[in-house]
Amino acid sequence: MMIRRFSCFLLFLCLSFPVAGRAQEGGVANAEPSMEQRVSDLEAYINNVGRGSDSADSTVKSNVGGSGPGHNAWMMVSAALVLFMTLPGLALFYGGLVRTKNVLSVLAQCLGIAGLVTILWWAVGYSLVFSRGGPVFGDLSFAFLKGVGSNPNTDYSYWVSHNVFSMYQMMFAIITPALIIGAIAERMKFTAVIAFVTLWMFAVYFPVAHMIWGIDGIMNGMWNAASRVKAIDFAGGIVVHMTSGWSALILCLILGKRIGFGKELMAPHNMVLCMVGTGMLWVGWYGFNAGSALASDGVAANAFTTTTLAAAVASFTWAVMEYALKRKPSILGFCSGAIAGLAMVTPACGFIDTSSAVIVGLVAAIVSFFACFKLKAWLGYDDALDTFGVHAVGGTLGAFLAGIMATPGANAGLLANLKDVVGKTLWLEQLKAIGLIMTLSIVATAVIACLVKFTIGLRAETGVEREGLDLPEHGEAGYTF
Amino acid sequence: MKKVEAIIKPFKLDEVKESLTGLGLKGMTVTEVKGFGRQKGHTELYRGAEYVVDFLPKIKLELIVKDDEVKKVIETIQKAAHTGSIGDGKIFVTQVEAVLRIRTGETGESAI
Repeated sequence: MMIRRFSCFLLFLCLSFPVAGRAQEGGVANAEPSMEQRVSDLEAYINNVGRGSDSADSTVKSNVGGSGPGHNAWMMVSAALVLFMTLPGLALFYGGLVRTKNVLSVLAQCLGIAGLVTILWWAVGYSLVFSRGGPVFGDLSFAFLKGVGSNPNTDYSYWVSHNVFSMYQMMFAIITPALIIGAIAERMKFTAVIAFVTLWMFAVYFPVAHMIWGIDGIMNGMWNAASRVKAIDFAGGIVVHMTSGWSALILCLILGKRIGFGKELMAPHNMVLCMVGTGMLWVGWYGFNAGSALASDGVAANAFTTTTLAAAVASFTWAVMEYALKRKPSILGFCSGAIAGLAMVTPACGFIDTSSAVIVGLVAAIVSFFACFKLKAWLGYDDALDTFGVHAVGGTLGAFLAGIMATPGANAGLLANLKDVVGKTLWLEQLKAIGLIMTLSIVATAVIACLVKFTIGLRAETGVEREGLDLPEHGEAGYTF
Repeated sequence: MKKVEAIIKPFKLDEVKESLTGLGLKGMTVTEVKGFGRQKGHTELYRGAEYVVDFLPKIKLELIVKDDEVKKVIETIQKAAHTGSIGDGKIFVTQVEAVLRIRTGETGESAI
């Protein structure tokens, strides 16, 4: 009885507060909605479209104001899942792959980036990416999260709270630079990582995210009818994996190889941690991919399914290739395959059907496998934990495949602004976006890396690198039993 | 008194211990060690990066025995730790000058 009374009270709160908030916002007292309008607003919630009062010239108020509980709940869970990918998923995945003496440095870099990017996001980052402004950057109207409240921002979602949307997108901004750590592990000093990431967010992440996802972004083919490049990127194959992957390659080239690379034993110190981290990444990726529908709807359901298939197929395929070539399917093989599949399906997951997802999984495993096994050896760079081989290769190829495989059958939204290109020349648009983003990532990273190198320096001192970064840089040891 | 020191394969520890306690031995010390002999190391493969691991994990077993037990003990260890493949390990026997039980102060063979 108590519970029932309490839930009635809660329902009352949910329904009444947002309504009050919206009514005050408008300034002008709008007319009471008719019964038909009230029903239509409820349908709009179920179908994830705008209510009557959401249109600019509406004179009717809505009794279904504020955010929609179902969509909002899913997006809060998704935001937490995406954070879980970095803390501790990626931290453990990378942490397990380094040597004992450097495990804490990886964890510290992940934690440091989480804090740093959150502050940047609050101050100006969110605004630069998601406010209306120009083709490359937003303006500062949401700086310090001003005006980012619990009511939806209808530029992006009719039913998800603006602050929830902002936090959800922030988790992407956190994991993207954290992915770069994999390439520079075991030798870059902590202060240099922080300095590099700060500049990199402004030069690469914020503009790229605005260009691809911002409502007036120059490459937002999905939502911006006036975009110059009609590109699609469902969950960040371009914005997250391409930017981090290509930047990682350039940064590790400028940084140089680890002392003893190719001569000393640099085997992972704990494959169990690595597997635990991979599992968390895979689980968290549902928030990343299915959450990118920005609603708990059919598009999210499809993305959930394609994500699962691509990850599983790629993980299994990688291990099968190892078995065929070396007779030993390894844990790192299963893990690398899963991450490669997830990275490659990311830009496509909300646009493709299930059979395409299986093909993506196969391609992801085969191409990333050869990037890590052969390409790295041929080119001789020291991408310690294969950020390039997995993320750059996965993100880039995935973005291209999304252009070929995207079908309105999986996502009717493709018929809005992309009707003329989808199934035809969308892949060309994808290539344009890939070329532009790749160039930007490479050039900006080269400039920033040199800037940091010639001011505070990129590398830890030789003695520090030999001893391991944990004790000299962080004053702690990972294992003391 | 003699010290018998045996380096054996880790998975053989239980068998060796069972056979030794079967002889009536009352104590032993076991350490996890690493090293290599003629078996050399092995290679590990991580995403294409091949590493030669020189030091393999082994178990070092130490026990102090009376002079007349030595022969029996090393025969038992050899039998239990034997697989026939390379890397089975080695047994060393050295002279022990004195033994003292800390609790009671006993010395000599009665302290073993």
